[in-house]
Amino acid sequence: MRITKKEGISLFKENLLNLGRTADNIKKNKFGNVVTFIIDRNINYTNICQNECDFCAFFRRKNQKSSYVLSHEEIIEKVREAVNLGATQVMIQGGLNPELGLDYFEKMLRMIKKNFDITIHSFTATEIQYFAKLEGIPELEILKRLQAAGLDSLPGGGAEILVDEVRKKISPKKISTDDWLNIMKSAHSIGMKSTATMVIGFDETIEQRIEHMEKIRNLQDETGGFRAFIMWSFQPKNTKLGGEKISSWDYMKTLAFNRIYLDNIEHIQGSWVTQGERIGQLTLNFGADDLGSIMLEENVVKAAGTSYKMSVQKMINLIKETGNTPAQRNTKYKILKEF
Amino acid sequence: MFGTFTEIERKVLNDERLTREDGIKLFSCNDLSWLGAMADYVRKKKCGDIVYYNVNCHVNLTNICTSLCKFCAFGREESTKGSYAMNVEQVISVVEDAMKDPNMSGLHVVSGLHPQWSFEHYLNFIDILHKKFPSLYIKGFTGVEITHFAKISGKSVKNILIELKNVGLQAIAGGGAEILSDRVRNLLCPKKATADEWLEVARIAHSIGLKTNASMLYGHIETLEERVNHLIKLRDLQDITGGFQTFICFPFLPKNTALEKDIKQTSMWDDLRTIAISRLMLDNFKNIKAYWVMLTVPVAQVALNFGANDIDGTIHKENILHEAGATSPKSLKEDEIIKIIRDIGRIPAACDCNFNILRIIDKV
Repeated sequence: MRITKKEGISLFKENLLNLGRTADNIKKNKFGNVVTFIIDRNINYTNICQNECDFCAFFRRKNQKSSYVLSHEEIIEKVREAVNLGATQVMIQGGLNPELGLDYFEKMLRMIKKNFDITIHSFTATEIQYFAKLEGIPELEILKRLQAAGLDSLPGGGAEILVDEVRKKISPKKISTDDWLNIMKSAHSIGMKSTATMVIGFDETIEQRIEHMEKIRNLQDETGGFRAFIMWSFQPKNTKLGGEKISSWDYMKTLAFNRIYLDNIEHIQGSWVTQGERIGQLTLNFGADDLGSIMLEENVVKAAGTSYKMSVQKMINLIKETGNTPAQRNTKYKILKEF
Repeated sequence: MFGTFTEIERKVLNDERLTREDGIKLFSCNDLSWLGAMADYVRKKKCGDIVYYNVNCHVNLTNICTSLCKFCAFGREESTKGSYAMNVEQVISVVEDAMKDPNMSGLHVVSGLHPQWSFEHYLNFIDILHKKFPSLYIKGFTGVEITHFAKISGKSVKNILIELKNVGLQAIAGGGAEILSDRVRNLLCPKKATADEWLEVARIAHSIGLKTNASMLYGHIETLEERVNHLIKLRDLQDITGGFQTFICFPFLPKNTALEKDIKQTSMWDDLRTIAISRLMLDNFKNIKAYWVMLTVPVAQVALNFGANDIDGTIHKENILHEAGATSPKSLKEDEIIKIIRDIGRIPAACDCNFNILRIIDKV
């Protein structure tokens, strides 16, 4: 039975273990003991960004020394390395850089698809909106053109907390709640699936967290286009916003709540990237059925075969230690290999 | 609902004792949130919502040690780089520094087995500390150190304990239990107290009114069965004496130890189930400690939901486990500890080394 917003607020007051047990039962009913992961590579085409969000440690201004834009050749080379290491997906994302027109992206997608059999799960709603503004054409058109050039699906980043009151405080220049939801809706309408995300730890209230989930759940009722829900916690280090990192206890509690509340979203991902491996592992008993990606980091990729294999092995062990069966999946959550 | 575990659940809910076989079964259970929920149920029933902590200072008199256990990154030979042995002035200055905190309430004194120091030398430190800082409680020495003192002095364990008590020692530390199995001890720490000797120190201490703590160092070469046997040995003694105050799970930290190459650090999964199972098996222990130094602060906070009701102290400056690569801070401020406890809806209570409550922090 569906939990209402009001019920959600009182449910959130339950203790950690009660929420965890309920979430874990839902996960087990749906997926048994299988826990999935994907091998992919993140490619950030530029770090020059006009948004300058207070919670971001990545962006640079154009004239800053460490700013960069990758050429198509550099991107192709990175995709090649990823493919050689067994990646099935690339996630290409970057800053909002006025010097990069849509043709830069279309050409990039075509070149990748021409050379490799790999899923392109790329660009957030924020970028799509920016491309539309820059080109002066509707977002739906942008999505169609990118799809025609080879874009397979849309990651759910940039959602943070879908409550404008919170967004105004943390990222006033960034995409509004309605715009984010509309772009997702447009993508789903042309058969382009996506994921949804949430970032907690901005001093938002429990009600605001639930409002965020409510909005995602409503859109999912309408489109069915979200494959998974991924929750991160805000990493205050090196950001202007600063503040304290939320506790693991809070993260786990909210994660279990995600699983219970988002009854129409199939996959709930635990984040070992923001929570560390130790808490990441624990999410597998609190509702998560997926640990996301073995992100092939620059140094790992460069250090050739062995250290990469270790990272897959590490993921496998992490899952096995919890009594679950590790399985590699693709972007569509189809299982490719069990370990 | 939980197959083979229904019976265990029934026993827990009815306050019935779990058997050794039950303990082994629990270690085969991957349903972590169930284990946690059971342990949390028992914790709540037994201890309510109070979480104990103390404002304390760790004092390690020397790291020179004849035992050189394979799991230790702290102890070393006198000739090895980084060895130290403090004198009375140095110890006093460490404590004076810690006393800058107006809430400082006690000391935790554990040290290496120094080849030249006599029992009287160790005794003298306690005597002086107690006289100089009468407001501080002193918890000190593990069963291993006490056994060592008896051996080097020719005195009985009982007399050693009485002498220490007479100069102001108020409780015995819980370390040195490792795994109470001579198979494990012969492989890892053959030069120090045996399982029986460690237990005997606790038994005698309890008989003269000195309370002690108990611990388990796990995640090295022991089997899961040996963990259960360890818990049962403690439980059996506790049935007789009732003198154990708290139980501390120490996950083994391999870095910089002789076992570094062969053993990897325990997973958080293992850490939490071990705490939960300890709470379930040790039905005659009131307190279970989530030792934040080894678990890290975020995990210790989660562990308070897995059966623990004690989070140790501010410590002032932790040395032993940071030599073994502990990634937690070397100390916490009292405010930080209070926040960790409050964030999860529990009530912080500062206590002394015998779990007497000094202050309950119930108002914001």
